[in-house]
Amino acid sequence: MVLLHRFTAAVPLIASLALVGCASDGGGVQSQKMAAIKARGSLICGVDGKLPGFSFVSPDGSYSGLDVDICKATAAAVLSDPAKVTYRDLSATERFAALSSGEVDLLSRNTTMTLSRDAPGGNALAFAPTTFFDGQAVMVPATSGIRSLKEVAGKPICVETGTASELNLADRMRELNATYTPLKFQSGDQTYAAYLQGRCVAVTTDRSQLAAKRTGFPKPSEHILLPDVLSKEPLNPATINADPAWADAVRWVVYSLIQAEEMGITAANIDAKLAEAKANKNLAQLRRFFGVEGDLGKQLGLPADFVVRTVKAVGNYGEVFERNVGTGSPLKLDRGVNQQWRQGGLMYSPPFL
Amino acid sequence: MTSRSEVTPWWRNRRYLPWLVQGAVALVIGVVVAFLLTNLLLNLTARGLLLSWSWLGQPAGFDLAETILPFDASLPYWRAMLAGLVNTLRVVIAGLVGATVLGTLIGTASFSSNGLLRRLARVYVEVIRNIPLLLQLIFWYFVVFLALPNGRDALQLPGLVLAKSGLFLGSPELVDGVWQAPLRFTVEFGALLTGLVVYTAAFIAEVVRGGIASVPKGQWEAASSLGFPPLLTLRRIVLPQALRVIVPGLNSQYISLAKNSSLAVACGFTDLYSVSETTLNQTGRAIEVMLILLGSYLVIDLVISALMNGLNGLVQLRER
Repeated sequence: MVLLHRFTAAVPLIASLALVGCASDGGGVQSQKMAAIKARGSLICGVDGKLPGFSFVSPDGSYSGLDVDICKATAAAVLSDPAKVTYRDLSATERFAALSSGEVDLLSRNTTMTLSRDAPGGNALAFAPTTFFDGQAVMVPATSGIRSLKEVAGKPICVETGTASELNLADRMRELNATYTPLKFQSGDQTYAAYLQGRCVAVTTDRSQLAAKRTGFPKPSEHILLPDVLSKEPLNPATINADPAWADAVRWVVYSLIQAEEMGITAANIDAKLAEAKANKNLAQLRRFFGVEGDLGKQLGLPADFVVRTVKAVGNYGEVFERNVGTGSPLKLDRGVNQQWRQGGLMYSPPFL
Repeated sequence: MTSRSEVTPWWRNRRYLPWLVQGAVALVIGVVVAFLLTNLLLNLTARGLLLSWSWLGQPAGFDLAETILPFDASLPYWRAMLAGLVNTLRVVIAGLVGATVLGTLIGTASFSSNGLLRRLARVYVEVIRNIPLLLQLIFWYFVVFLALPNGRDALQLPGLVLAKSGLFLGSPELVDGVWQAPLRFTVEFGALLTGLVVYTAAFIAEVVRGGIASVPKGQWEAASSLGFPPLLTLRRIVLPQALRVIVPGLNSQYISLAKNSSLAVACGFTDLYSVSETTLNQTGRAIEVMLILLGSYLVIDLVISALMNGLNGLVQLRER
């Protein structure tokens, strides 16, 4: 009997020792997540799935959008095949839990980077560089006569619960000292349905999202976006704090797209540029960028030519932007602050050194 | 005759064996639970998610669309969740009453001498029972209640006005194009209540029907031979006996209604679950908020159960 007691007391101890090993950092260059992705053979990416321009499922089941292209670029870097991605549609409320629990490897779901989401005491996420600088806006019917946020006070306004938009709206209304009636719905579809049915006089979320959803409305021209900018909304892909090696890998995949645009490399001319770099030993910067010399890829745990793979898969940042939300898409957003830093925008990649 | 082994050995002694076996099983369960708890605490600490309740006292920072208790953005989170809880209780209590009344009517209609009434009751139960509640709620809210006209075109019935901006009872009057009345419900509340009542009434109707059918036919015949009209028979003779069978079944339907009220988020109604979601979003404390939610619904259900079990005790047969 005594022996039995001792043994059963030891079991939780032994088991918990095993767990302590599991809970620690990524461990050197090869991150646990990357190893798991390679073993699995596919990257699990959390996306929205219902937002034209960012992540949208078309009737034949294929995904497209800016966020989707980031997933494809990451898969190209890690697994050499942009098609090896499993997409998970996540709602605003479940996205962080899905990422924290390991259900998805990468969250590319038009997520705003905030302190609470980054901090270890908050959601404990690690954010990759901003892929789209956005701002929160309000959409009203053109016939409502409302031309500024102050005029929405006292009226019902639809918002999706679990979003930064919900928080910013509350903050702005407090500043204006105005009461308002927030109608909160769990899914974007329901929010816009209630707005279109006339239950609320306004709907608020990121400006790009409003523009994207408006393209699907029965009469898009009858809805206008108010000029008020309620907040800064930098949209970033995210991974978890607990695996810094994976976070670094994703970070530099995104930077590679931005740097490629700065250097004038496109999906069309990358083969030519690569041949040029291999032939000419004096093009040091290009050779290092493409992985022809140096070990930048190895330092991240990625293949040496990961930049070549990502750009071949989705093009450079400019091409990704124009194809999904710019002139090549129904949204027709202009680059604005999403332009390269040399052209006065905010897209700036640190050097590949 | 005395034999050496008069005393049964302990491992097949009927007096001690049950204790030993139960003790061993309890020990195993204890070890498993201790292991799981240690595992949970270790993992929570590793991810920085250890429980803390200090956030409950911080200002909420958001307004509520609908609340009976006075609330504004500077009040703490626990006040917001309390307001949500009160909203949930409002809809649950109103729903229980409505569903019971409607369910009893439809259940007894199955025994009516009017063939059309019987068939209508049958159709109602079969159709409503088989469509998921979420779809029904979405239907009531988006297709019916949000299609109501507004302002002057609102549906005006005696003492009642149905408009997109709300349901107004009392003596509603139009002031500056906006309806005012002493008693006002939002369309979200109306849609949720209607959906819950219609859905649960179908199940309660079946429970009532089963209960009435369990009363022996002899009771009906005896009553009619005494000259009782059918309605009086039902009220005074059959239903009291049927209650024995109905009340335990009603218990689970009531609990089901209380839990289904959490689908309020589909309608945009500010119930406990909706407020919890906003709180979760703002504070990031998923585990604590979920614990509060689980605890609240558990308490509501346990209270309903306790009341119904008390009622059950009253209507049971007393053996003399």
